[in-house]
Order: sequence, then C-alpha cells, then structure tokens
Amino acid sequence: MLKDTDRIFTNLYNDESWKIDSAISRGDWKNTKEILSKGKEWIINEIKLSELRGRGGAGFPTGLKWSFAPKEIGSRPHYLIINGDESEPGTCKDRDIFKFEPQKLIEGCLISSYAVGAHTCYIYIRGEFFREGQKLQTAIEEAYEKNFLGQNACNSGWDLDIHIHYGAGAYICGEETALLESLEGKKGLPRIKPPFPALVGLYGCPTIVNNVETIAVVPTILRRGGKWFASLGKPKNTGTKIFCISGNVNNPCNVEEELGITLKELIEQHAGGVIGGWDNLQAVIPGGSSMPLLPKNICDTITMDFDSLIKEKSGLGTAGIVVINKDQDIIKCMARIAKFYKHESCGQCTPCREGSGWMWRMLERMAKGNASIKEIDLLSEVTKQIEGYTICAFGEGSSWPVQGLLRHFRKEIEKRNSSDPLIIKQNKNIPYLIDQHLLEEDNA
Amino acid sequence: MSIKKISKEQPEFFKFSEENLNKAKKIISKYPTEKQASAVMPLLYLVQGQNENWIPLVAMKYIAKFLNIPYIRVYEVATFYSMFNLSPVGKYFVQVCTTTPCMIRGAYKIVDVCKEKICENQKELSKDNIASWTEVECLGACVNAPMMQINDDYFEDLDKEKTEEIIEMILNDKQPKPGSYRNRKSAEPENKRTTLLNIKNA
Amino acid sequence: MPKLIVNDKEIEIEEGLTVLQACEQAGAEIPRFCYHEKLSIAGNCRMCLVEMEKSAKPIASCATTATEGMNIKTNTLKVEKARKNVMELLLANHPLDCPVCDQGGECDLQDQSMFYGLDLSRFTEKKRSVKKKYMGPLIKTEMTRCIHCTRCIRFATEVAGIDEIGAIGRGEDMQITTYLEKAMESELSANVIDLCPVGALTSKPYAFEARPWELKNTETIDVMDAVGSNIRVDTYGWEVKRILPKINEDINEEWISDKTRYACDGLLKQRLDKPYIRENGKLIKSNWTDAVQLVINKIKNTKPSQIAGFIGDLVDLESMYIFKKFFNKSLNSTNLEFRNEKRYLNPDERINYLFNSTINGIEEADLILLIGTNPRQEAAILNARIRKSYVKNKIKIYSIGDPGELTYPYEIIGHDTSVIKDIIEGSHHVSLKIKNSEKPLIIIGESILNSDAAEYIFKSIKNFLTKNDKINPNWNSFNILTQRASNVGAMDLGLYKITKKDNYEVLNKLNNNEFKLIYLLGADELKFNKKDEFIIYQGSHGDKGASIADVILPSAAYTEKDGYYVNLEGRIQKAFKASYPPGESKEDWEIINNISQFLNKRLDIINKFDLETKLIKSNNLYSKESYITKEKNSSEINQSKIPFINSKLEIKQIDYYFTNPICRASKTMLECKTVKNNFKLTGTEG
Repeated sequence: MLKDTDRIFTNLYNDESWKIDSAISRGDWKNTKEILSKGKEWIINEIKLSELRGRGGAGFPTGLKWSFAPKEIGSRPHYLIINGDESEPGTCKDRDIFKFEPQKLIEGCLISSYAVGAHTCYIYIRGEFFREGQKLQTAIEEAYEKNFLGQNACNSGWDLDIHIHYGAGAYICGEETALLESLEGKKGLPRIKPPFPALVGLYGCPTIVNNVETIAVVPTILRRGGKWFASLGKPKNTGTKIFCISGNVNNPCNVEEELGITLKELIEQHAGGVIGGWDNLQAVIPGGSSMPLLPKNICDTITMDFDSLIKEKSGLGTAGIVVINKDQDIIKCMARIAKFYKHESCGQCTPCREGSGWMWRMLERMAKGNASIKEIDLLSEVTKQIEGYTICAFGEGSSWPVQGLLRHFRKEIEKRNSSDPLIIKQNKNIPYLIDQHLLEEDNA
Repeated sequence: MSIKKISKEQPEFFKFSEENLNKAKKIISKYPTEKQASAVMPLLYLVQGQNENWIPLVAMKYIAKFLNIPYIRVYEVATFYSMFNLSPVGKYFVQVCTTTPCMIRGAYKIVDVCKEKICENQKELSKDNIASWTEVECLGACVNAPMMQINDDYFEDLDKEKTEEIIEMILNDKQPKPGSYRNRKSAEPENKRTTLLNIKNA
Repeated sequence: MPKLIVNDKEIEIEEGLTVLQACEQAGAEIPRFCYHEKLSIAGNCRMCLVEMEKSAKPIASCATTATEGMNIKTNTLKVEKARKNVMELLLANHPLDCPVCDQGGECDLQDQSMFYGLDLSRFTEKKRSVKKKYMGPLIKTEMTRCIHCTRCIRFATEVAGIDEIGAIGRGEDMQITTYLEKAMESELSANVIDLCPVGALTSKPYAFEARPWELKNTETIDVMDAVGSNIRVDTYGWEVKRILPKINEDINEEWISDKTRYACDGLLKQRLDKPYIRENGKLIKSNWTDAVQLVINKIKNTKPSQIAGFIGDLVDLESMYIFKKFFNKSLNSTNLEFRNEKRYLNPDERINYLFNSTINGIEEADLILLIGTNPRQEAAILNARIRKSYVKNKIKIYSIGDPGELTYPYEIIGHDTSVIKDIIEGSHHVSLKIKNSEKPLIIIGESILNSDAAEYIFKSIKNFLTKNDKINPNWNSFNILTQRASNVGAMDLGLYKITKKDNYEVLNKLNNNEFKLIYLLGADELKFNKKDEFIIYQGSHGDKGASIADVILPSAAYTEKDGYYVNLEGRIQKAFKASYPPGESKEDWEIINNISQFLNKRLDIINKFDLETKLIKSNNLYSKESYITKEKNSSEINQSKIPFINSKLEIKQIDYYFTNPICRASKTMLECKTVKNNFKLTGTEG
C-alpha cells in the first residue's frame, strides 16, 4: 500500500479544509515562483521524466502533449483548458478535487499555463457540479487575492486568468474537441482530427486540454521531482491515481493509490470487500463505463495500470471501478450502459448515431429474454461496425462495454434467449408514420 | 434522448433583470472580444435562474440578439444539452441518476418513490406544481450511489426511506439538507478507513 | 506538388487537395453523402472511408488533406467492409419508402445501396420516424428519410448566408429544422433540394409530378435575371416539369435562384396560343391571316416616324436583331427602345453597361462599394458570389443608399449624391480605401441610373476610377448591375435611340403620345398612358402588354426556342429549345419575317440558321460563345463638363417574385410572395 507521505491529495477526505490557508499549510503554493523561474523547458522535461500519463481516460503522456504547443507565442494566443466534464459512469474523482483540493488544481493551472504559453485558462466543469463550481470559484478568488493569479502571478512575471465555464449535461463534451466546440458556444460535436487542438484548438488557437487530475498532480511532481513520481507504480505506468470504487462493495470510496496495485487489494482493503464476499463477485468494470468489464477470474489477479488492462482487452480509463456482484443481472447492467451511450451520442456521425440505439435495443431484449441467440453475433458485428469508424472515440466507448459482455458472458445471454429465429411482434394498431420507437416508455 | 418537448404555453416577453444584466456582461467579458457566442450557455443558465428553472422561446431570441448570433444556434444549443429545460419544471426539480453504478445500488427504488409521491410520469409537474422529477444519466457521484439531485444540490447515499423523507419535505416546500444521508463525509469509506490515517488523527 | 500513391498508382496532385479529391484524380471513385465541393467539410456520413498505410483505423477521405507520401487504398476488403457497415447503419432507420419517394431514381442513397447495401435488413427494431417540418412553399420535407448529412445546414449558413436551418436535439433523435419551422427566407432556398442526397428535402411544386427517367433534359440558359444562370429544363411532352441548375463555375456555380427554378409553372398558365384582335374594346380570338393583315394595314397607314418598337425583358438576340432590321428596312423607322423607363444609358464604350469585373472576379475583390443596388434581389446568384467573397476574404462592403437586408454585413456610408462627390474629391474615408485597394469593385445599380443625377454619378465615378487606374487591362472595377436578360444584348445591338441632347428620345415621345403605332416585342413593363395609339403586342403571356393591345401575336417563351442571350458580364450564351410553342404561337423571328414578307419588304433571312449566322457575323463580340471580351481601357472624361446634382439616392425595392410575365403567371411565385409578405406583416422577429 502506498505510504501516506507519498499521497498527493492529502485532503481527499476534507479532514482539514479546502480553504487556501489550509491548502498553503499542506504545502500548496510553496515556492511556485521558483518552479516557474526554472523555465518552460525544465517543467516540460520534468513532467516527461515523471512519465505522467493523462488521467482523463486515454492515458496520453502529458509532457509530450505539452511539447506539441508551439514554442513561441505567435499572433494567436495559447489556451489551457481543464477538462472537468467528469461524466463517465463510475467516475467521481474530479468532483472531490474541486471540492477539497482546489488549490492544487489552480496552482497546476498556473504552472501548466506557463509551460504551454497560455495566459488564459478555462476550467470546463460539468453543469451538474454547480456547488463544486461555486467552491472552485471561491478558491480562484482566494488565489487572486493572494496574487497567485492575475497579472504577474506569484511574482513570476507571468499573467494568468482562470475562468470557469459550465457544461450543461452532455457526456460528449468530455471529448476534448467537443469540449472546445461547447466552449465556443456551440453544440458539443467532436471535430475531425487532424488538426489537433495543440495547433488549432479553441477559437482556432493553439490549445492544450488536460484532465483535472492530471493538472492537479503537476505541482507536487515538480516539487518532489519527476523521479519521485516515476518511482511509484510500474514502468510506463507511473505515479499515483485516484481510484473510485463504486457498486456492490461494502465501503464504496475514492482512494489514491499507486498504479499497478492489484484490483483485489483495492476492493478488499480499501473498499471493504465485495458485498457477499469475494466469491460473490461477478464482474468489474475497471475504468469507467466505456472500458470492457472483467470477469471474476481475471479480477483475481489483475493489476490496475494502463498496460496490464490493455492486455486483458480492457483499459484503465478514468480508474472508475464499478464492482458488480452476483446479485446483479449482468445483461441488464450492460443494457443500461448501452442506454447511457445511446442517450449521450451527439448524433453527428452515422455509425454512432444509428448504432448506439440499435445496440441498446438488442441488449434490452436480450436482458428480457426476447431475443434469438442468433442475434448475439449480429450484436457483436454491430459493435464492430461502430468501433473505428467514427469521428471521435465515443464509438469505441459505446461498443467496447458491449463487446466485453459478449466476450465474457455470452453463455449468460444464450441461456436466457431462445435459439429459434426471432419472430417480430408487430403492434398492428400503430400507424406507420409516427415515432414508433417513442411509443413505449422503455424504448425511448 | 427524445427531442425535448417545448412548452405550449410561452410567455410573450423576456428581459434580463438588472442584476442578471450585469452578470451577463461580466460573463461575456470572460471571453475574447468577438467571441461572445461562447457566453450562450452561461446566459441560458441565467435565464433559467430568472425564469423558474426553464427557458422560454422569447428568452432564446433575447439571448440570440444579446450575443448577436442567429436564433437557430441558440435553439440548437438549448435542445442539445440536457440541462436546459424548455418547459416548466417544479420548484423542486428532482433528477434521479439511474445509470449502472447507481442502478446496482438501488436507484430504481428512488424512482419508485418519485413515481408514487411526485407524479406517475417523469417530466410532468406534481399536483400542486411544486415538484417534478426525471431520470437522468450519470451525475458523477458514483461512490455515493444511489443519489439524486434536487435543483443545485446532490443528495447521496440514499435508500427508500431517506428518499421518502426528502420528497415529503420538498412537497411541503421545505428545503432538505443536501449531502450524504448516511452521515459520511464525501467519498471517504464509511468505515474502516485505510488511508491518510495520520492526517485524520492530526 | 505532393506525390502520393492511390491503389498502387503514383499520382501528383495540387497542394491542399483532400484525399477524396486525390483519389478521384487517380480514377478511384469514392462514395459520399455529406461531402460537397462547394460546402465546408463535415466528415459525418463516414461513407468515404479509405485505408491509409500506417493508420490503424480507416480515414475519412473527405476530411483528410492529401500529403506527400501517403499510401491510400480504396479497393481493399477492409474498405468495402467499412462502406457496407456504414451503409447498413444509414439504412437502419431509413424508411426504405422508395416507391413513394420523389427522390427515387436520382437518390444518392438508393444508388450507393446498389453497391454497398445488404440484400436484407438485419435491423429488426422499430424504426425511427420523424415529424415533417414546414420549410416554406418550395421545400417538401419527409424528415424520416433524413440521414443527417447537414448539407442543407451548411448551405444555408455558408452560401445563402441565412442561419435558419439547424439540427436540434442530439444522438439518434437529432432533427433538421428551420427555426420554429419558419419558411426559409432566402432567394436560394430551393438549392437545398438538390443538395439533399436523399428524399428528406424534395421539391414541393414538383411533388409526385414525374420520375426522372420519364423526363427529357435540355441544358439551356435562364432569363429570369441578367445573370444568365445555366440550367437544365426537364420536360414531359410540352410541359416544363422542373428546372435544375447546370454547373457553370464562371456564372452560377451549382446554384440557381428560386425564381429561376420555380417560375416554370408560369410557362403553362396565361399563355397566348392564338392571335387576338380587339373589337369594340374586347379582345376576340382570331387567326394569323386576319391578325397579320390588320398589322400590315396599320403599318401601311402610319407614317414611319409615328411607329415605335419596344423590346421586352426576356427577348433573345435573334429576335432583337431581326426586329431592328425590320424597323430599319421594312418600316424605315429608328424609333426603337429597350428601356421601359428613363434609365441613363451611355453606349460610347461597351464597358459602360457591363459588369466588367466579371462574376468570377468578385471573389478576387478586396473592397466592394454598392451604389444604389440591392444585389440580393436584383441578381441573387451574383449576390451569392459577393457573400462567398466576403466569407473567403472577409472584405469590407460599403453601400450608398439603403439596400435592406443582405446576406453579408455592410456599412451604409450615405444616402445622397454628396457622398459620391466627397469620394470623388477625396474627402471621404472610403475614397482613400478605394485608391489603396488593389481590386476594388464598384457596383452601380439601376436605381441610380433612374435618378436625375444619373449622368453625374455615372461619369464622375467612371472618371474617378480611370484617374486612379482602377480600370486597366488587369482589373476593371467599374460595374453596372443590369436586371434584365435582354438588356445587354439590346445595348450591343443598338436597340435604343439616343441623341446628344436627349438620352430618352423615344420614351419622351411615347409619354407625349406622339406615336400612332406601337409594336411591343414582349414588352410588358412599359409604363405610359395610352391615348389613341394602336398597339401590337407580340409575346407569350397574357399580361400587362396584352391587356392594352389591339392585336396580339402569340409567340414562344424562352424554353420553346433556340436563342442567344448576353448576360450582364457581356457573355454570350445559347439557350436551347426544350419544349415547343403552344397552340398557334410561333417563334418571334418567324412572325416578324412573315410580316415583312406580307409588306413586300422582305428581309434577307432565309431560315433560323441563316438568322443565327447573320447575327453572329454582325458583331465580332459574338464570335465565341461563353467568352467575355475584355475591353478594359477607358478614356477620361472632362470632369468640369459634368454638373453636380444633389439628389437623394433611394434603392428601388423590386417585387422579386413578380418581375416578369412568366413569374406573374406562376402559382408558385405567388405563394412565395404571399409567404414573404406574411413574414413582413407578422414581423420576422415573431
């Protein structure tokens, strides 16, 4: 288990206070000026050394991302955007950072903005986190009062303004280019890449988009050194990470741990074990809803880091662990996730718009036993018709959980559904040209 | 999600209050000049705040003119994002998360309570127009599941009884206390805490 | 010039092309729905996926720029699978109601599904159906068929310049609609029908009229304004069923105005199909022998100086050519006029009445000054170019006079001639801007030429531009925006009478009722008080001209004959016969030739071909079709000779949907006008 002294988010449970003075006493904003005075190169290099990978889901190396920003600021200003549109089912870590460790984030914003040449930083918070946003706003104002932000922030000679922008209930805005569109006042439709935001981002300007947790760990890394961070975890999967353990466990909780910790340790030790005991475990979604689930036999041994999970055809994602025990109907659980994706699809490109609803409807029927087992292969094909053909990664996000289910629980579906070919039950009373799929509440 | 229903009864006029007008100007100043379109979402929130938590059509036009963007762009945004209500909601607007992490911890029991106490159908007003409820997708408090949101506040770690209490309160126009209903602090483990122990003791 | 490999074939392409364009150049066709050359790239249909080396996922070829060293494959199994996948998903919620869909036979989705569709539907869920949306009198919607390619949204926003169409909602419930289902307020709205790759947006007036394979297609020229848009006329027997744009990058690109497209039902109504003679104040059906005899009698009994001829807005070059010959040789009269009201004309040089910068040139302009013109109504297609230029180069646009709502932002710098004086004298800030600008574009509208100060404005602006070298072999910034299809041709052929003293001799005499015999060649817009003149009307529609006529000679409309037209740039183009004249009506040249024969003053025209040859020979400008002669040098006029006249400049609003007899006979145009008026009554602000 990670030593308490190696934990970055020491106020994760709000034992002290989230106010700035308390944060300073915990070490935030200590010698920020000195860190900045070492220069951009040093900062980016140190982050590269730490091997920090983005905490938002894709796990892209942060230092590398920063180095994509143009070295010199040209005619177009640079922007730093903090992605706090935390909407991935199973994930609630950024919320606690907003609530209890806002100064870590704000200090991280200053350092990162300096490193990528941004004088303006927008923090995009999902709209439902209204209270969290209020707290963060207070924290920002506190930092302004102390002259940590604004003109000549921390006496470093660097100017930085931070603004909060609320989302309004659209999961897709967590996709970085959709987030930029949303920030520009449009619908959150992901953009086609390339060009990548580092060159053409917000308002067509160079923009770096990072997750809240990524930015919040930056100050500590720089203070304690990239090597320290790299010494935690596993090679290429370094450092600590906030894991959110939810679902059928005795003590659901957020906990900061080293990458590479075993899933079993996380669940048994930190979350008080699976309800009904480890043997009652059915499956675990290891990294937020878009990562394929793992059955119990894999959970027994798996370690929680990017690469080990990829080997098991899943992923660390946001490290939102959803534990599902044997009391739950696994097909129904996945059907509900499919419904989530159907609800959150932006509708821009064909495969996701048409496919996400199709997958959900099939799964819903499978959960009720109204499907033919021949449709399992069809479902599997539909997932592959979405994956890889869409503008953004939402296509993968919506098809992977279904693929995971089919991979590990195909027998479950076969057991419940008939092997006869499907007979479509038509409701004869419905005239053709009305919105048929909205007629039944659970079909809408 | 099906297309949002737009209220049949629409007010004829909308204008920001003096206070909101100032707020709106302040919001616009957060964005670069000529990029004031960025303020469309914050301004829609302001409208919702001023107009009993929903956005009438005149207000969309008002905002479009305010920001000098076409009406249809505001309309698109208002229909795209799920948090903008285009028809009246209750004074207490209950949103119950029913996505998998909440579902497996009993979210549908909360839904049942809402059905029973507020209104049989979601997105419809209760008898005295004081409350309405709807199922929503993940609200990002999975560790504190099951949970619901009433207006701006989260109510976490619920069960059937606690939900009944809360709903009773709002139906009597009383503000219930937000937060966890099992008296735990945020997302820390309810018992047997394993980390940050020395800090806790300190 | 990057080189890349497409299907193992190396090709070299222009910089900046997309992979899709590169593949096409290499001869590999890529299926697509959302991609359209004239619109921005959306990349949302995912039909154009191709395989690229070093890319794990297939790439959207329409949205990827082709760069050096790419290795693209379009013929692999992987690509075919990708296309089939996307096609299945597109069809999943598509109603497959092709038998009752007007798009059938010319539907992209139908065509592509022949190649990439499965022969059976695996989608067994309930299909989505979406309510129809009202989009005005021209566009019929069936939104269940929509595949969300967003071409219509992009067209409205980018080309038409009206942000009125959008996609509301999200995910599978996304719907295309206009704001609160208002009619689209644009002169170009119906182009979305052509753009729609499926049957979601179809033509309302053409609904269930015909299938595309039943129609005869004729590529020809439009005459609803002076732009000379290239069109395709589709006929079923005699009836013109519909009109579609034909691509001409120099003129209308891929668009046509709603009037061009939908005035065609006017070709079926109010037609003159028999000669008429007025007896006791009433027009009575007659026959050619009697009518021509009556005309001849009248001509013989009238002094040549008391005979005048007026040319209408839609008349072709051949008819004007023979009409002038007829007047000069058979009637010994020179009283000819094509203008229907006093509009200043200076025919000294050809550049004096042309749109010299050319329509293509608009895109190069770096500043535009509109003087007394509303291009949106006077030449909708040209206006779309101005918008394109604005979008592309963000140029500054000024206007003298208030043109009302245009499709791009502009600044009004004055309402009277004093602004022009200031500009010429250099005391106005725009004056310097014009001088400093490399390719300014000055557009003078007819509203100005109608005013008292017309001569002053015309000459002084031209002088100003000449002096500042803005009229030179490389760039001619001086432009007249003509509104009528026949006018430039009439000026070329000299169908007017101008003396040093009097610019409007024929019109003045007409107003003084000095003529005894008036021959209207399709002239319906002429305004005068009839006294005891004998009026011959030769034209296609029972409209204003026919109502005052004493004898009516029915003739063919523009779709019913071959004929040349010169557009406002001075470009000569040939219109082709798509249908035939109804009833007993004949082509104009034939009628005139006949009369001359009966007068025993034969013109030396043997047949139509002979007429055409002689016409082309008469003017060396006409030697090459669709070619613009560039005459761009201009001599200075002595400024002191032009007296300043202070006058208010008002831009005359034209009745856009009702400008000529064909429009006025059209039911569709009437509907458009009504909808527009209702808009104004209720206020577009709602």
